[in-house]
Amino acid sequence: MLLVMTVFTGLIYPLVMTAIAQIVFPKQANGSMIGINGKLVGSKLIGQNFTSDKYFWPRPSAIGYNPLPSGGSNYGPTSDTLKKLVEMRRREFIRLNGLPANANVPPDMLYASGSGLDPDISPESAELQIDRVARARDFDSLQTAALRKLVKSHIEKPQLGFLGDPRVNVLELNIALDSLR
Amino acid sequence: MLIATFGIFGMRDVLQIGVFLIALIVLTPLLGSFMAKALNGERNFLTPIFGGLERSFYRICRIDPEQEMDWKEYLLAVIAFSLVGLVVLWLLQVTQAYLPLNPQHLPNVSWDLAFNTAVSFMTNTNWQSYAGETTLSYFVQMAGLTVHNFVSAAAGMAVLLALVRGITRKSKEGLGNFWADLVRMTLYVLLPLSVILTLVLVGQGTVQTLSGYAHATTLEGQKQVIAVGPAASQIAIKQLGTNGGGFFNANSAHPFENPTPLTNFLELLSIILIASASVYMYGKMVGSTREGWVIWGVMLSVFCIMLTFSLYSEYSFHPPYVTAPSMEGKETRFGNTNSILWEVTTTVTSNGSVNSMHDSLTPLSGMVGIVDMMFGEVIFGGIGSGLASMLLFVLLTVFIAGLMVGRTPEYLGKKIEAYEVKMSVIGVLAPGAAILIFTAIASITKVGLSSLGNNGPHGLSEILYAFTSGAANNGSAFAGLNANTVFYNVTLGIDMLIGRFVPIAAYLSVAGSLAKKKAVPPSAGTFPTDSTLFGVLLVGVIIIVAALTFFPVLALGPIVEHFLMLAGKTF
Repeated sequence: MLLVMTVFTGLIYPLVMTAIAQIVFPKQANGSMIGINGKLVGSKLIGQNFTSDKYFWPRPSAIGYNPLPSGGSNYGPTSDTLKKLVEMRRREFIRLNGLPANANVPPDMLYASGSGLDPDISPESAELQIDRVARARDFDSLQTAALRKLVKSHIEKPQLGFLGDPRVNVLELNIALDSLR
Repeated sequence: MLIATFGIFGMRDVLQIGVFLIALIVLTPLLGSFMAKALNGERNFLTPIFGGLERSFYRICRIDPEQEMDWKEYLLAVIAFSLVGLVVLWLLQVTQAYLPLNPQHLPNVSWDLAFNTAVSFMTNTNWQSYAGETTLSYFVQMAGLTVHNFVSAAAGMAVLLALVRGITRKSKEGLGNFWADLVRMTLYVLLPLSVILTLVLVGQGTVQTLSGYAHATTLEGQKQVIAVGPAASQIAIKQLGTNGGGFFNANSAHPFENPTPLTNFLELLSIILIASASVYMYGKMVGSTREGWVIWGVMLSVFCIMLTFSLYSEYSFHPPYVTAPSMEGKETRFGNTNSILWEVTTTVTSNGSVNSMHDSLTPLSGMVGIVDMMFGEVIFGGIGSGLASMLLFVLLTVFIAGLMVGRTPEYLGKKIEAYEVKMSVIGVLAPGAAILIFTAIASITKVGLSSLGNNGPHGLSEILYAFTSGAANNGSAFAGLNANTVFYNVTLGIDMLIGRFVPIAAYLSVAGSLAKKKAVPPSAGTFPTDSTLFGVLLVGVIIIVAALTFFPVLALGPIVEHFLMLAGKTF
């Protein structure tokens, strides 16, 4: 019985599903990969690290955006390490983005995600980075306005109007940013 | 300013929970009445598609689906099937380097990790000591883990069916045929739902491919290796079968497992759907849907209480060094409410998949997860096993109510006597004993303590969570605990075996004893079990048993941590 089940649910089922998925949804089934000039730059769904001032930054990651293996920090609410990390991240985010010292930094910029590969940030976190990116790219006021518009157009609303939180995909935004003139 | 909205529970949050509950209520009777037919071996709308296949399964395995088994034969079949599955799954892992479909050339798995993972999947626990993308080949994920995702869920349903037959049959020995129950559950319920869910998941971005990992060069010129694999087909059954073992280490927080809020909604619904429908199915099978709805109402009430408490903790409390609820271990696309809704759903059922890291939740919110499992996975619970354990609680309640008012304890026309009550108590208390004994051992030994990921009371919570999750066959974790050591792999393995097979033996022996009894017509002395009063009593018994067993250890772990957190203390 185990053998029959193994062949049926362990081989036939996943292989047939793979075949159908590859035919009907080839892009998604292979990881929603994004290529530029024939070179693979990443996946729409997998966050990657950005440290340069010229790009929007993603959330902190417990694994440094290396997907082998994925995971979070697992620091508990009374962890001293977490407290120090959060305080450091808040200071740095305020300093590097030139915000007022008592600015409210959105929690997604203070805390690491569960997967360590979160591709999104909150719209607020993106907006707070606009001035820094514009400065680093020597944008004039016209270009900065265009950048502001670009960020706005990249905000994904909750799905079906009510599912999930609004978000901005960092990789897609940064790719669009590179083609902004 | 938009920032002000962070951490506030708004209309959208209410709507997300509301739509989830409405979908559950609508689908429960629909799927439940279908299951009552299909699992009884009656003709249904899927018979033209799967009927031939079902018969060929019986032919190949030389099984006569009509042949009745008594409770000992039934138990023996469950144990034999599970043990063979355990050995085969262990062998697949320790030899994976020589097997096909291993594009990353992952080495053989160590004996203790393979033992832990084999027990974990065979018992429907799906605890993750392994990290899918760096430990297991595609072949083991498919022919090993996916198979057990199906059959461990189907075996859970089979023992429930046997228990129900024990309750409904009069003066009989037989409880049905384990193999027929296993095949029907797999073919008519699990498989069709999995196929549909797989396709929706892939459409939303869940990967399903046999290619090796992709090598990308990021915009800033860094190298990134992106793990992929035949994930969607496994994730579908992992959710539907209350399994919960992830294809990837981060489980349903991983964007390739759970890419969008829509997949999150569907995966969430899949966790609880079959367990919920089986309560309606039970009502149909015993000939009174009211009996089913009363139990369902008890489950939903406890679910809502736990959900409210967990949301309250997560939205209201945080350490004094921040001003808003934490996003540690949570994903932007889901946010706070979806993370908590998932946490409660995955711990009341014995699913155990996670879309946020429970270790980083606020102390009381984390405690809700632990307590959900400590109830013995009876609030919806695992497929089959959840309702079966709940029925043990029902028998205890009938007995206690009988003692209180001096009435004869009867349930659905069957006298409840010393034997049934003894077996029910064993089935209910064995997992609790395993939890407390193993937690005590781990918290006083060096090998136990060296795996901790957090200090202070949170460390105790990590150990407690692990053994609770194992004995409840849940599988979620406070993952800061490094459980991939010989000590934890072996002790958690034993913990899971106790949590699975002692209750199963209890259900089946009770079923065997009940089946033999004659039915007594209800009299003025019969305590009605389809009433709200009975529901309230049942909730009381469940909460009292859990509280008496576990309150001291909860006080030392999450409760004390809550007050220390508010005082700004860190470790």
